Amino acid sequence: MTRTPLVDMRNISIAFGGVQAVDDVSIDLYPGEVVGLLGHNGAGKSTLIKILSGAYKADSGEIWIEGEKATINSPRDARAYNIETIHQTLALADNLPAPANLFLGRELRTMFGFLDDSRMEAETTKIMARLNPNFKKIADPVSALSGGQRQSVAIARAVYFNARILIMDEPTAALGVHETKMVADLIMELKAQGLGIFLISHDTREMMDLCDRVSVMKNGQLIGTERVEDVTEDDILSMIIMGKKAEQAA
Amino acid sequence: MSTPDTANRTSSGGQKANKKSLMDALELDTRLLGMIGAFILVAIVFNVLTDGRFLTPRNIFNLTIQTVSVAIMATGMVFVIVTRHIDLSVGALLATCSAVMAMMQTAWLPQFLDLPLGHPLIPWLAIAAGIITGGVIGAFQGWLTGYLLIPAFIVTLGGLLVWRNAAWYLTNGQTIGPLDSTFQMFGGINGTMGEFWSWVVGIVATLAALAALWAKRRDKLRHEFPVKPLWAEMALGAIIAGAILGLIAVLNSYQVPAARLQREFTARGETMPEGYTAAYGLPLSVLLLIVVAIVMTVIARRTALGRYIFATGGNPQAAELSGINTRLLTVKVFAIMGALCAISAVVASARLTNHSNDIGTLDELRVIAAAVIGGTALAGGIGTIYGAILGALIMQSLQSGMAMVGVDAPLQNIVVGSVLVLAVLIDIIYRRRTGKG
Repeated sequence: MTRTPLVDMRNISIAFGGVQAVDDVSIDLYPGEVVGLLGHNGAGKSTLIKILSGAYKADSGEIWIEGEKATINSPRDARAYNIETIHQTLALADNLPAPANLFLGRELRTMFGFLDDSRMEAETTKIMARLNPNFKKIADPVSALSGGQRQSVAIARAVYFNARILIMDEPTAALGVHETKMVADLIMELKAQGLGIFLISHDTREMMDLCDRVSVMKNGQLIGTERVEDVTEDDILSMIIMGKKAEQAA
Repeated sequence: MSTPDTANRTSSGGQKANKKSLMDALELDTRLLGMIGAFILVAIVFNVLTDGRFLTPRNIFNLTIQTVSVAIMATGMVFVIVTRHIDLSVGALLATCSAVMAMMQTAWLPQFLDLPLGHPLIPWLAIAAGIITGGVIGAFQGWLTGYLLIPAFIVTLGGLLVWRNAAWYLTNGQTIGPLDSTFQMFGGINGTMGEFWSWVVGIVATLAALAALWAKRRDKLRHEFPVKPLWAEMALGAIIAGAILGLIAVLNSYQVPAARLQREFTARGETMPEGYTAAYGLPLSVLLLIVVAIVMTVIARRTALGRYIFATGGNPQAAELSGINTRLLTVKVFAIMGALCAISAVVASARLTNHSNDIGTLDELRVIAAAVIGGTALAGGIGTIYGAILGALIMQSLQSGMAMVGVDAPLQNIVVGSVLVLAVLIDIIYRRRTGKG
């Protein structure tokens, strides 16, 4: 491929104490592409992705964004590269309502520099109407919301600010069937708009449906990256479990 | 109650439809009403027990000036507790700020800058030095907490000993006074606005409050949000106007004793006209508290700093992942707390007309209790400025009421301590019932 990748993470390593959480992993992501990260708990998927979103700093390795070397030392840096993350924990302040969470760290201000709560509330109403028409509790603290509604808030936060690169860590883990479908539709819509999406999930079937490529990790190492049309679900499962590439396992 | 703005609009889980619709129409915070109710109950009970001496203009005047010092610090303690920290050093820090300001006025400025005692610059330079001292010490404790990750409990427990004795060291343990006469005006009885200016302040405050209500309504209409019915809006406005003007009327009906007026006239070399009377009116210290309360409320509700304080209290990880510098935020919160300690030190030392070595002793407990009784949750993320001030007022009412009734000193503290625990229990039950916070 001659196109420039949106994200190119090269030889990333990070250790916590004596544990090598991510060991010399390289992955990339192209515009309009969904790349899935698969692996057991503790395989290093979330850690790898947190390096991209600025929550952790890699011990070694480089991150290239759209062909340029990037320095990401904090979540703020990541946002500057239009990288938005939907964390597994959703990272919502439960005591604040949806608009405050959506704009957290990027509040809309009035001309005097004060928070423009009315405008933030109006904008939230607008984007929620698009993402989740059932969403009504704009003024309630998000602790009063259902799992799906909380997820909508977290997604709205990522989508509102025109992300180029979207990281979704277990976006459907806490959701019902209907809401899972909604997230899947949204992923397809965003992909069509040219966003690059890293998707983390345990659900291999779902990943085969949503992703263009999947990367499998085990014990901090990258086992391999495959195009979904080239492999079967069983191939992927054996990569996850055995830690071997499809052709080796066959 | 959760964040300042939102809980008011949250529909609470009551079942009685009629009651609920009235409450909803007024959009009053039930929690605030409960506290006002508790305060009124305390006031009425003591008024009966003291044969009507509790609710006299004179006692209400005294109550307000006694509450100011703790109330000012309690507003800062709200931010500290909301961000899941605690500050045990506020009483000691008040003492250090008070010592610095007293030494500035009586020794350092006259000696090193050759400003004669009574020079008009002295009180202001002293106050500036005090606020800088409080802010810097607060920021330092915030840095130890935020950047070096020493628990705030330990940092400020150490601070309690350090700053209490830094004050002692600065003054050699002596009582420093009398303080500058302009400075003393912030203490309460020695600095009141008189009848005319008190009414001016009251009317301006009323108009400002009504204008704010009106602006909020217009803003909501502009964004097509639901607004409460006009009658409810007007009723709320009437209650606010009545409360402000009522307080001014009460304070204005507290007459300056004739002997004191006589002395003032004599001091100016004039003779007092026959039948001359004057009222104390609004104390400057109370005006100062009102200004602090407004500024702190604006910070809490209308600025990014306030939003980050509440977000960090609600979920520190989420705040950090949103790009908020929570470490620097901790420094800012403790710096604000320190500066408020200095402002309280002005009021406290001015009220005593001197700096004494034990000034502010046990204030940390009163301040924390005021914030907690006022609904600040120790788990973080929840609290209001007005709640903390009401909490301080309730505490002070209990204390002075019992003193007036003649309850023994040890029994007074036993009651106050029990009330603190009981208030938190009621709050926990209330939150569980309504599902708020």
